[in-house]
Amino acid sequence: MADSKSTKNTTRTPKAHEVLDFERPIHELEGKIAELEALSSDTNLKLGGEITPLKHRLNRLVQEVFRAISPWQQVQVARAAGRPLCEDFVEGMCDELVELHGDRNFRDDPAMMTAIARIGSHRVMVVAHRKGRDTREKIKAHFGCAHPEGYRKALRKMKLAEKFGLPIVALINTPGAYPGIGAEERGQGWAIAENMQAMFALKVPIVSIVVGEGGSGGALGIGVADRVLMMEHAYYSVISPEGCAAILWGDAKRAPDAAKALRLCSKDLLSFGVVDAVLEEPVGAAHRAPAAAVQELKRVIIEQLDQLGRVPMAELLDMRFKKFRAMGTLFADAAAVR
Amino acid sequence: MAWERFRKKRDVPEGLWLKCKKCNETLFKKDLEAVLSVCVHCGYHFGLNARERIATLVDPDSFEEMWSDLRAIDRLGFVDKEPYTVKMTKAEAKSGSTEAAMAGVGRIDGLRVSLCVLDFSYMGGSMGTVVGEKVTRALELAADEGIPCIVVACSGGARMHEGALSLMQMAKTSGAIQRLADRGGLFISLLTNPTTGGVTASFAALGDVIYAEPEALIGFAGPRVIQETLRTELPEGFQRSEFLLERGFIDRIVARKDLRATLAQTIRLLAPQPGCNAGSNGGSNTGA
Ligand SMILES: [Zn+2]
Repeated sequence: MADSKSTKNTTRTPKAHEVLDFERPIHELEGKIAELEALSSDTNLKLGGEITPLKHRLNRLVQEVFRAISPWQQVQVARAAGRPLCEDFVEGMCDELVELHGDRNFRDDPAMMTAIARIGSHRVMVVAHRKGRDTREKIKAHFGCAHPEGYRKALRKMKLAEKFGLPIVALINTPGAYPGIGAEERGQGWAIAENMQAMFALKVPIVSIVVGEGGSGGALGIGVADRVLMMEHAYYSVISPEGCAAILWGDAKRAPDAAKALRLCSKDLLSFGVVDAVLEEPVGAAHRAPAAAVQELKRVIIEQLDQLGRVPMAELLDMRFKKFRAMGTLFADAAAVR
Repeated sequence: MAWERFRKKRDVPEGLWLKCKKCNETLFKKDLEAVLSVCVHCGYHFGLNARERIATLVDPDSFEEMWSDLRAIDRLGFVDKEPYTVKMTKAEAKSGSTEAAMAGVGRIDGLRVSLCVLDFSYMGGSMGTVVGEKVTRALELAADEGIPCIVVACSGGARMHEGALSLMQMAKTSGAIQRLADRGGLFISLLTNPTTGGVTASFAALGDVIYAEPEALIGFAGPRVIQETLRTELPEGFQRSEFLLERGFIDRIVARKDLRATLAQTIRLLAPQPGCNAGSNGGSNTGA
């Protein structure tokens, strides 16, 4: 149902209010180029000689700026307005899509999107955090923070996928599971824990991708998979940098220090063996070229599903557990490691 | 996730006398130990470290500690006010525990069990790689030996200083529980004050049977986080054992003095028969 309609394969210039502080030099140069281009078309002046070198400079500048970003800037990129949300990835990469609602128990949680879909030749169950595109949607979805019923909705749909042999594609983008009275009353901890345990037993291939924010338990609640991937400019962390800073320094404004200490960038997670692979993003990150990012994710998911589809199920389940079993098994006393 | 939040409220008695946190009565420390650190006036359950907890649960001299030499390494190079390595050294000196969990095998009323107990006195019982590994090994040992596994939760959540590796212990332990379940093993989760964050959202919530001590704080998000997010007062008794029992998330509240007997009874009535109590010491592989 959702074709890649709005997504032409071009670069997107963030709107002025969306520009991140460290992107300002890029934004200024882009403005200058746009001005010259407008002038050129209005006046029929041939300004190509001036524009072309500026465009080269822009390319170099974008590369330089993004090569040098700090962990805290990285977190800001993962949250950037204009960066494709899970719902953008889902709509952009699925060739067919039927959204299914509800946990058949308490209510439909808009912060969790579940759908049967086709990606290339693969029938899949999509499970994804939804942050919402506009203010109304964002409020409904609690800015991507799911309640227990959201995790239970995901589990119900994943079991449906297992029944009919559909692989599961889980897209992660959440600041964390919702911290509230209702969420606690309905067993937030229980919902997340039960999802993780169940995902170790699901007899279908599972691919999960952290596309934006990988916010602690709220991310992991749909994050157990045969292949765990992470986009280059996503982050994945045990606690938000703000929360960590508030606890360790008593000051949430020290979030940049916490972001650095937590080692939450994709290259860190890859080095720890927490993610299996990192998906390169277009130069200047996905928010500057959303369509290209969506297509790359689609290509990688198809590739992963092709590979996983050839592995016998018993082996797949065994490998799934062993992957997580091996995480955090380096200890100070080598003699203690069995 | 935020174990340090609890640091100032530690329940460790100091000196000869202490005041009950709930009823404010003065208690003689020596007397308190004899009654399992429960206030004789109001029933308030004081915190226990792992060693003390194990002593209240297992048959005398039956506990054999395992994997005691596991120590975390500082993979992240984590520094806040001091390096993580320094923090660990201090935590060990202060608590007398080498990590935030102690595991091994022991007997409860003659029944052999695999046991892992979290230790709040060491960095708030926070779950890093060592805690995750000990819980996992305890579950695996239970599966291999065909004995029940009991894990006593007491933790502020995942340990920030080991970053995503701490987070992944949630998945690792949950997977190990599924493995034990595949082999028909019994897992009993005991929740004590406090159990929050990533510990609640993983193994603590996955017991075949879940027991809790009275009035323990149990939840995913810490009360302060919720209060700050919602900017509202929390309901009376929110996130306490009684609140969770009422809402159906724990099987039973068990007072400390009844824990041993209840655990033994649960194992006799529920554990798989053939593997049960394969060892000596009389017992109940034919049911109680
Ligand atoms: Zn008292």
